Amino acid sequence: MPAMNMIQALNHALDVMLARDPDVLIFGEDTGYFGGVFRVTDGLQAKHGLKRCFDAPISEGGIIATAIGMGAYGLRPVAEIQFADYILPAFDQLVSEAARLRYRSAGEFWAPITVRSPYGGGIFGGQTHSQSPEAIFAHITGLKTVIPSNPYDAKGLLIAAIEDDDPVVFLEPKRLYNGPFDGRHDQALKTWAGDPRAEVPEEHYTVPLGKAAIEREGADATVLAYGTMVHVAAAGIAESGVDAELIDLRSIVPLDIETIVASVRKTGRCVILHEASRFGGFGGELAALVQERCFYHLKSPIERVAGWDTPYPHAFEWDYFPGPARLAKALARCMER
Amino acid sequence: MRDLPFGLVRVLDEAGQAVGPWNPRLEADTLREGLRAMLLTRAFDERLFRSHRQGKTSFYMKSTGEEAIGVAQSMMLGREDMCFPTYRVMGWLHARGYPLIDMVNQIFSNANDPLKGRQLPILFSARDYGFYTLSGNVGSRFGHAVGWAMASAYRGDDKIALAYIGEGTTAEGDFHEALTFAAVYRAPAVLCVTNNQWAISSYSGIAGGEETTFAAKAIAYGLPGLRVDGNDFLAVWAATEWAAERARSNLGTTLIELFTYRASGHSTSDDPTKYRPADEAAHWPLGDPVERLKGHMIALGEWDEARHAALIETLDTQVREAVKTGEAVGTLGKSKPSVAEMFEGVFKEPDWRVVEQRRELGI
Ligand SMILES: Cc1ncc(C[n+]2csc(CCOP(=O)(O)OP(=O)(O)O)c2C)c(N)n1
Ligand SMILES: [Mg+2]
Repeated sequence: MPAMNMIQALNHALDVMLARDPDVLIFGEDTGYFGGVFRVTDGLQAKHGLKRCFDAPISEGGIIATAIGMGAYGLRPVAEIQFADYILPAFDQLVSEAARLRYRSAGEFWAPITVRSPYGGGIFGGQTHSQSPEAIFAHITGLKTVIPSNPYDAKGLLIAAIEDDDPVVFLEPKRLYNGPFDGRHDQALKTWAGDPRAEVPEEHYTVPLGKAAIEREGADATVLAYGTMVHVAAAGIAESGVDAELIDLRSIVPLDIETIVASVRKTGRCVILHEASRFGGFGGELAALVQERCFYHLKSPIERVAGWDTPYPHAFEWDYFPGPARLAKALARCMER
Repeated sequence: MRDLPFGLVRVLDEAGQAVGPWNPRLEADTLREGLRAMLLTRAFDERLFRSHRQGKTSFYMKSTGEEAIGVAQSMMLGREDMCFPTYRVMGWLHARGYPLIDMVNQIFSNANDPLKGRQLPILFSARDYGFYTLSGNVGSRFGHAVGWAMASAYRGDDKIALAYIGEGTTAEGDFHEALTFAAVYRAPAVLCVTNNQWAISSYSGIAGGEETTFAAKAIAYGLPGLRVDGNDFLAVWAATEWAAERARSNLGTTLIELFTYRASGHSTSDDPTKYRPADEAAHWPLGDPVERLKGHMIALGEWDEARHAALIETLDTQVREAVKTGEAVGTLGKSKPSVAEMFEGVFKEPDWRVVEQRRELGI
């Protein structure tokens, strides 16, 4: 099996789907001839032609609106929004249209679109190239929100998202494109080479939406994370010395509630880690669900470790980014109880 | 007036003479000042781009080939007017003497960064220089200019607003919304499309530039549209003067397309040879704005090669000194404002979340 970084794995998923399904089309800003600013669509126009992979005008609202129209007609468009920070001009299209088409037309119309977008920080991207907007999509009924943390999952989840008959927001942790990153920014850059999660089959396969992965088994606490934070969590757990179970949610809608509940009932402690700011973040929903379903099993209050409630500040990248030390501290606090 | 959006307003001819009805007849000192600010913009871009290559900052964007635009419009407009910039009109600040050291400190996000380390390099804000706060998302301030202009009219002031948008970004709803409001409320604004032919890797055709001109978009909104040679300092000046006068006389908004060429890559993250011929810039038919103004001044007998070379030398020294001073404070990651700044300014008064989180960080 070839080793691929996340960019190659995503490119591969798109390549496979273009070849398999003539209804799949790919477009976005700079995605055609150039192959995308992060190179995810590199070579796809040359291989599959101008009609299958093309450049879009700089209009996120226009990109999602036309994708919805194509989807309603019967195609499976995959739209790229260059940075998740720039989905917002298309927000109404996602919230009031893509997410509601099926419901309001009593099943007459629906839009099986996939919206891919790089998200997250750790790259000194400043306020508008670093945000993690997953919670605002998770809040919208009718949208699915998927976030891979490694190349194998990235390919399998993206294919599953494209084949899904509902609209999927597919957030790609850009800090993981070229290698795993555990938040220790002062250490040498790692690549995906040699990582078993970077062994990606050439052929078609799917990783089902709504199925979490137990990244590490443990007995004393459960850590819930997704995207870049899966790697940060692993480092934080190691640093804490706590025997914690690490769950990579992989998709936050649909959410694998069984795996979460089974784990917390077993460990009796729960720490939630995300990069987005804390207040109103997805961690709040997870904490409520765990409290509702595991209250009598909990030995300590649920902890949330997250970005601060400020915009993402350029000079303070590492003061803002919730690193392994903050998770380790939270785990230690849980264990004191 | 309906043919103006399909023509090209030019003043400087091939021989460097100022000709035709749009000639603004500027004083020689004004020309020299314009040339100085354009050369300063270029020198600053060159050196700070290099600073990025040396790892001293995370990001930089140049306006090479487009310097006439920000510089001429900054000089032409009043100090009370407000510019709603893109990242590619830094000449606006250079023409108004914005301190180089403040710019360098912002680009290095160091302890003396006037924007407190909160913003990506070159996304400046300089209210006292008539320069509205920039942000990374393109297009979204185009409507602010219209609102600002409406507010000025409401108060009975004679300040006007000037906004920029890239030709690629005219595809955003922001552009069309702003033009509709500008027309309906006859806002005293000058709205400019900088058509530098490229939007990262997409040529202007992806924004509809092969179907019509960007200036002609004005017609559908009932606004006058001018298509102007953006590499001709005198033409940019004259068109802006015309539009500003219309705005100040309550005749409303003008849309100006500034036809130019992005001679460098999009940003430090870009490699333009992946999508356009490497020598395309050299073949741009409208030439280099600096060379054209210089040629004109030499033809007038107001400038010469020796003074030109000396000026470049002086400006480069100024930039080098500012960079050195900034480096002494510290480059990205080596120096930063107090971490407390991360928590300031979210609201006018901090709420309990920020107070508690600061405490958690121990600051
Ligand atoms: C809302 C939004 N969408 C996408 C981007 C990514 N982006 C940054 S610059 C750019 C190209 C802009 O091209 P143009 O408007 O022609 O301006 P130019 O860079 O040529 O001056 C794009 C797509 C962004 N910054 N904001
Ligand atoms: Mg452009």
